[in-house]
Amino acid sequence: MKAYLTRRYHFSASHRLNNDAFSAEKNRVVYGKCNNPHGHGHNYVAEVTLCGEVDPATGMVCNLADLDMFARTNLLDAFDHMNLNTLKCFANLVPTTENLTIEIFRRFQSGFSHAHLERVRVEETGNNSFEYAG
Amino acid sequence: MVLLTRKAEFSASHYYWNPAWSEEENVCVFGKCANRNGHGHNYTLEVTVAGDVDADTGFVVDLKALKEILEREVVSVYDHRHLNLEVPEFATLVPTTENIAIEVWKRLDGKVPGARLHRVRVYEMPDLFADYYGEA
Repeated sequence: MKAYLTRRYHFSASHRLNNDAFSAEKNRVVYGKCNNPHGHGHNYVAEVTLCGEVDPATGMVCNLADLDMFARTNLLDAFDHMNLNTLKCFANLVPTTENLTIEIFRRFQSGFSHAHLERVRVEETGNNSFEYAG
Repeated sequence: MVLLTRKAEFSASHYYWNPAWSEEENVCVFGKCANRNGHGHNYTLEVTVAGDVDADTGFVVDLKALKEILEREVVSVYDHRHLNLEVPEFATLVPTTENIAIEVWKRLDGKVPGARLHRVRVYEMPDLFADYYGEA
């Protein structure tokens, strides 16, 4: 029987939205206060949804310990208490939460093999969230 | 067609154990969930039904009736119980969040008059939940 399992991970990070190809004025117009030069931060929540047949022996779609271990290394250690703009993956990419969601999806899709990745949803604040399903 | 979701809560204890495995194997796979003395959670159940809005009542289903069905079929059976020891379906089935979602679906399927069961979501805690949509 196919079920979906969702785990939420919390991390805090800073970013600044700025496109080097735009003029300073255009960056201010497009990104507003998100373009403030010294950046700002959020408490992000990444919601990772996996799906698959429930293993009759374990009752699980995948073992949470494996998922948590993967998330620790590839999500939390990578992003928590970091300035997103300084990371390699955002060297040439504006760290909007859209792009962050896609980056997190790609990390799980390419590295986590214990279940099918269905979707990644990232909450930037309690009022903003973004989803990517590939 | 409109989807309608009703929440219910229950608190229960459980442990994870596969009797076909050795103790070592159980501890290796299930970690601290394999503690045979059990542990507990405050579960939140979200049941979503799908149906047409009745032209006379403006309802997909009567919420009071749905609440009573959840209470009778699930909450009264699971709340303040040890799932492995006191709930029949988990005598031989590991009561993971995934399996609880599937078993709640089986308990409710076909019992909500005028609506189709769309999704059962079970939160074991705010940061972990399982969804089941049936096998259709």
